[in-house]
Amino acid sequence: MSTLAERAVARAPRRPAFRLGGMSDRAIAWLFITPSILLLLAINIFPLLWTIQLSFTNYRANRPNAPLRYIGLANYRDILTDPDVWHAMQATAHFVLWSIALQVVLGFSLALLINRRFRGHSFWTTMILLPMMLSPAVVGNFWTFLLQPQIGLFNSAVAFFTGADPSSFQMIGDVALAPWSIIMVDTWMWTPYVMLICLAGLRSIPDYIYEAAEVDRASPWRQFWSITLPMVMPFLMLAILFRAIENFKMFDMVNLLTSGGPGSTTEVASITLKREAFEKWRTGYSSALAIILFVTVFGAANIYVRALDRVKQR
Amino acid sequence: MSVPSAHSVSELSSLPKTIAGIVVAAYAIITILPLLWIFLTGFKTPTDSISYPPKIFSEPSVEGYVNLFTTRTRQTPEFLSSLPPPQTWYEQLVRSRSMVIAGPSKVLPRFLNSIVIGFGSTFLAVCLGTIAAYAFSRFRVPLADDLLFFILSTRMMPPIAVAIPIYLMFRNLGLTDTKLGMILLYTAVNVSLAVWLLKGFIDEIPREYEEAAMVDGYTRLQAFFKVVLPQATTGIAATAIFCLIFAWNEYAFAVLLTSGDAQTMPPFIPFIIGEGGQDWPAVAAATTLFFLPILLFTIVLRRHLLRGITFGAVRK
Repeated sequence: MSTLAERAVARAPRRPAFRLGGMSDRAIAWLFITPSILLLLAINIFPLLWTIQLSFTNYRANRPNAPLRYIGLANYRDILTDPDVWHAMQATAHFVLWSIALQVVLGFSLALLINRRFRGHSFWTTMILLPMMLSPAVVGNFWTFLLQPQIGLFNSAVAFFTGADPSSFQMIGDVALAPWSIIMVDTWMWTPYVMLICLAGLRSIPDYIYEAAEVDRASPWRQFWSITLPMVMPFLMLAILFRAIENFKMFDMVNLLTSGGPGSTTEVASITLKREAFEKWRTGYSSALAIILFVTVFGAANIYVRALDRVKQR
Repeated sequence: MSVPSAHSVSELSSLPKTIAGIVVAAYAIITILPLLWIFLTGFKTPTDSISYPPKIFSEPSVEGYVNLFTTRTRQTPEFLSSLPPPQTWYEQLVRSRSMVIAGPSKVLPRFLNSIVIGFGSTFLAVCLGTIAAYAFSRFRVPLADDLLFFILSTRMMPPIAVAIPIYLMFRNLGLTDTKLGMILLYTAVNVSLAVWLLKGFIDEIPREYEEAAMVDGYTRLQAFFKVVLPQATTGIAATAIFCLIFAWNEYAFAVLLTSGDAQTMPPFIPFIIGEGGQDWPAVAAATTLFFLPILLFTIVLRRHLLRGITFGAVRK
């Protein structure tokens, strides 16, 4: 990676520091990196360590003067045996798996179509991209309006196409439909994300590969399975990684759309965490839950990145 | 980007371009409809906005916008008739609903908070990110890959997970519900994005430029400021917009750590209440105003969008 010139620069003797800006490269490197690292240590790592410490205690943030007791792994034991937590994990898994499956199918199909470069494709692409740039919280909020029975646009549109009575079903208030309403809004918002990454993958395939396949008289179907899909795979997997991490920690959109309801049907992990930490004020308990969630994301992401590397090497 | 004509071979001949175009356009229209609906709702009266069946076209009204910027109180007809005639068109509009304007609403201070916190944290994150990215790009930093991964991994934490100790920390430092606290927090979240994106952009600037400048007698720092920075302007601008969008849209930290003085728009918008629940035209008006800058940025950023959303992992 490094050129000879660069190594020579890196090994150059320290110049005297009296001249303005005449610092050694090593000094500049540290001077440039340290502020960012310090900020991250103060606002990310220190809180994380603090969370770990709190997770072994019975601390409650609304009673700062109560005696602090170390209770070992009791919080972790309680969480892993708490049916509510397992319920939240299931709700999260349902949400993550279905939203990603839908986004992959829709996003990939759209990317294939847009890659045909029809007239006006860049205009329509920009239109499709808009939802993902918006604030998830504000999006969750206005979808509560669109999903209202009777007055909402969504129910009326469904009624228009199916002939059903628009007030005969409610997306947010119904136990069976509420999980699908958060999946639907997430899919609406993030399909463009998967689409954009797939499109980059499609555009990275050199034309000569298709030309060669054409010479070999490979059918379009065959070309898709043996050229297009494998070549786009690393991109698609990257998109899935980013979406999975984001959706696993999803809070804002769900909090405003259903806030975990009805009952606890759509209570995904982050909502449980918020309830424990900022409504029940069980700081120690919620810290342990936070650590478990973080370790899960981090561990799963690491395993996945290894798999991604294997796909890339093929 | 390849030459368009070269693509003729790669196209699946079974599906003509026009059909692809029609399907994509149809999807785009469906996807845009909710946004158009919100835009339209902003120009409806509160009654029209919740009519059944929903009205597509209604008498245009700016009542939503008036309600967004004011607080109003309902008055008896006797009291209203005892008042002097309304001075302005918006007073007249409010008066016609048998209400009087009690004062301005909190939307302007909240919008201002969004701007101050957004630009403040973006400025800091881009400054810190640019110099760190330059160091990672040009110098041999020990454990560079580990440090870069560490910087990225801070993004994997659920915001609520770090929010607990940050809440405690801010409480001890007196930073709860202050703009300074929020600026520092968003800077920390954005700096990881800024470092990763900018490292990609700076990697693309040939080293020979600075080396030539240094041969001409520039010091390393002078070369950085006078040669590299001007070359990186586009990358820095794109990064800044991404940081700004993040801070602009952020909700979890904002709702947990602010309640008044430093509250930004996302936690504020859902609590625009009229008589009997959310005042939908006012909410829609706020949403429209809040989305407009993002709309603009998306169009400006189109070429760099892919990079920004993948932490620089995918470049076109």
